[in-house]
Amino acid sequence: MPQGYTELPGELVRALGEKNVLTALEDVLPYGFDGTAALKQRPLAVVFVHDAAQVSAVLKLARTHRVPVVTRGSGTGLSGGSVPVKNAVVLCLVKMDRILEVDTANLTLRAEAGAITQKIFDAAEAVGLFYPPDPGSMKISTIGGNVAENSGGLRGLKYGVTRDYVMGLEVVLADGSICWLGSKCVKDVAGYNLRDLFIGSEGTLGVVTQVLLKLLPKPAARQTLLATFARMDAAAETVSAIIAAKIIPCTLEFLDRKTIQCVEDFAKVGLPRDAEAILLIETDGHPAAVADEAAKVEELCRAHGATSVRRAADAAESAQLATARRSAFSALARLRPTTILEDVTVPRSELAGMIREVEAIAAKHRLNIATFGHFGDGNLHPTILTDERDTEEMHRVELAFADIVEATLARGGTITGEHGVGLAKKGFLRKQLGDASHDLLKIVKRSLDPEGLLNPGKIFDL
Amino acid sequence: MKTLAEMDYSVLQQCMHCGMCLPTCPTYVETKEERNSPRGRISLMRAIADGELDVTKAFGEEMYYCLGCLACTSACPAGVNYAELFETARAEVEKTGVLASPKRDAIRWFALRLVFTRPRLLRVIGRLLRFWQVSGAQTAFRKLGLTRLLPANLRKLEPQAPAVMAKFSHQLIKPVERAVAVKRRVAVLTGCVQDLVFADVNRATVDVLLANGCEVHTPPVQPCCGSLHAHNGDMESARELARRQLELFDPFTFDAIISNAGGCGSHLRHYDHLLADDPVYAARAGEWSRKLRDVSEYLVEIGFRKPTGAAKEGTCVTYHESCHLCHGQKVSRQPRDILKAIPGVELRECAEATWCCGSAGIYNITQPETSSWLQERKLGHLRTTGATVVATANPGCHLQIENGFKAAGETTSVVHPIVLLARAYQAESAL
Repeated sequence: MPQGYTELPGELVRALGEKNVLTALEDVLPYGFDGTAALKQRPLAVVFVHDAAQVSAVLKLARTHRVPVVTRGSGTGLSGGSVPVKNAVVLCLVKMDRILEVDTANLTLRAEAGAITQKIFDAAEAVGLFYPPDPGSMKISTIGGNVAENSGGLRGLKYGVTRDYVMGLEVVLADGSICWLGSKCVKDVAGYNLRDLFIGSEGTLGVVTQVLLKLLPKPAARQTLLATFARMDAAAETVSAIIAAKIIPCTLEFLDRKTIQCVEDFAKVGLPRDAEAILLIETDGHPAAVADEAAKVEELCRAHGATSVRRAADAAESAQLATARRSAFSALARLRPTTILEDVTVPRSELAGMIREVEAIAAKHRLNIATFGHFGDGNLHPTILTDERDTEEMHRVELAFADIVEATLARGGTITGEHGVGLAKKGFLRKQLGDASHDLLKIVKRSLDPEGLLNPGKIFDL
Repeated sequence: MKTLAEMDYSVLQQCMHCGMCLPTCPTYVETKEERNSPRGRISLMRAIADGELDVTKAFGEEMYYCLGCLACTSACPAGVNYAELFETARAEVEKTGVLASPKRDAIRWFALRLVFTRPRLLRVIGRLLRFWQVSGAQTAFRKLGLTRLLPANLRKLEPQAPAVMAKFSHQLIKPVERAVAVKRRVAVLTGCVQDLVFADVNRATVDVLLANGCEVHTPPVQPCCGSLHAHNGDMESARELARRQLELFDPFTFDAIISNAGGCGSHLRHYDHLLADDPVYAARAGEWSRKLRDVSEYLVEIGFRKPTGAAKEGTCVTYHESCHLCHGQKVSRQPRDILKAIPGVELRECAEATWCCGSAGIYNITQPETSSWLQERKLGHLRTTGATVVATANPGCHLQIENGFKAAGETTSVVHPIVLLARAYQAESAL
């Protein structure tokens, strides 16, 4: 082990105090993974910080000792973005979890990076405002992690993703300098838009320590519909028809048969177990508009072969259905020991074809693949149900993954819609971006992190 | 007993570390450190199974820092069997002796091997405690300031010692009692602490079953169910006690076996799993688990008769869920159905009703700091409801909440939902 690795923990203790530095095996082992399957690496140490100054101190020490730093929130990421690299210091921000300000005059909210997404949503709602991005793990994910991965969620179709709500960021750079990017101004074109550079940068360019978010007025009404289909194609065609009818629901989610059964086993919300596919659709806004949209959507569902359309009776039932949907990925783990989740996204016109292609790939490689996702966004989550200890099957999983990526790119899609590249997808990035764009990423990385110590080996290899 | 390395690896693998358990785990919320979370603990167990970690003292301490409240199992979409992992891990901690010390060993022997395996001895201790409490000795002891002579941890615990009842279950309940028109045959389990401290809950349980057409069998001397043992790494005693229970009750002859304590019921339901490999008792244990019901669950299942007598005019009640009733047994709606059926009861929901109150078996003795943090948090939420009565269906929770209110000089009372139902039935005859 290089000398820096032995000296650093002692210096971290001096900088942060003993209780904020973990090095014992029992303490650091549980930081060896995040929410991504089959990836793990034990870190050298885990540190907890309480403000930007401490983050700065940690980065300076890491630079002196040339030790890599992997920033982490709640560790729910799905592309390996916060999985440590060898001998890394895990910089954990969960104890910086305060909501600092809710500004009802400017409709903004400022929070520390470790604040929980759900708490941000709740704080906005308490004053009649609305923070739309709702990733599946929002109960525990941190806003800093959402910014780092540019997380999406169920409401992406109408409301966009995390990026669309970030007005400002406090970022600590690799050299320890602390900068503020952005402002409360609705319009602000002063200088490069560096704030956007850090959104989705997966901890490779700096450490986000504070976030200024845009809030919306809370929609006055919402209506949830659950449409059941006997064929997957029919569900996909319904989605295309809804979009073509110029209706943008807030949520337009899809679950296939396997996913429906697993979710129902866990959540027991009365999903139709024998359905081939369901669409979970939510419209929100002015009550009259909601009623109108819901009626049109119901009509379109029926016209495209829905066997039934159920309307949620009240807000509680709507919330229950959305919560059940959010559990889909984890619930699929009921079927096989290892659950490998993909995040490919295609233009919406390609949806039905892409679904058929995933089915063909599953058959070709003799694999069990369940599919759910944000159909309205063209964002699919084909989930390969496997066992990481079965090396032969895992080889087929790799081949199938490559085929899915191939098919996605051929349709003008992207390898990741909302989970990030991390470790899991970096092998495919050059193919999607092309040489010039891929190299541009490295130029940016080198200029901001010349030593290559911030989450090295994520997104791409230098 | 299988070790972590020997157990079915797929149980460990079932955790896909998505983190959905984190916000529901009280110890994670307290420290925000992964080691203190369900997925963190499972990763340590898996590291042991994989040979990456030994069973160390720190691992042992972690397993006993876990409340075993099973809130994670309700939150887990993947359906991880945390209860089995937790019991296997604690048993391994005990087997390897990483936490052993003469004092700890002596306490464990006294509690797990001596007192809580001998129901008659437990009753003798109960009698002595009762004598101490009512003879004036306790009052005198306290007045003379002699509590100062106790070691610090005992001094804190002394006021928490539960008030023992004048009569135990067997003095209140005949071995067989029959309803006027018998439709069902059930057995009632009287428990250990429940028997001494809440014999009235056992009596009320029998009363409500009688009011719903049951023939009720309540053997006067019943063994401890073994939950205390299983949760504390003594699986051998747990199995032995389960066998004794199955000797006493033949599950094939009853329509249902009724438990009224959340913690006991959660363990009792899993005798099938506990004795799955037992050549003699496996079949009986299977039948037992199929028939075991929490009393509220059973009453709702058989469509209990709605009482016409009011509990007390305008009684404002809130319901605290025992962890092992809601998370361990997934019985959550039924006690509320019962409360709502009582005329005059207004049920007010409480925030974090499914959170642990910090009692958690003997956790309030082993981890007093975390326990009292949880107790305060719980009392705060209960107070916010403005309810004057807290209904809860587990003796540990009952004592923990009652002691909390008492220490704060508040008059909020704590009661088992079944006692309220029994009172409502009783009030009918006064109509």
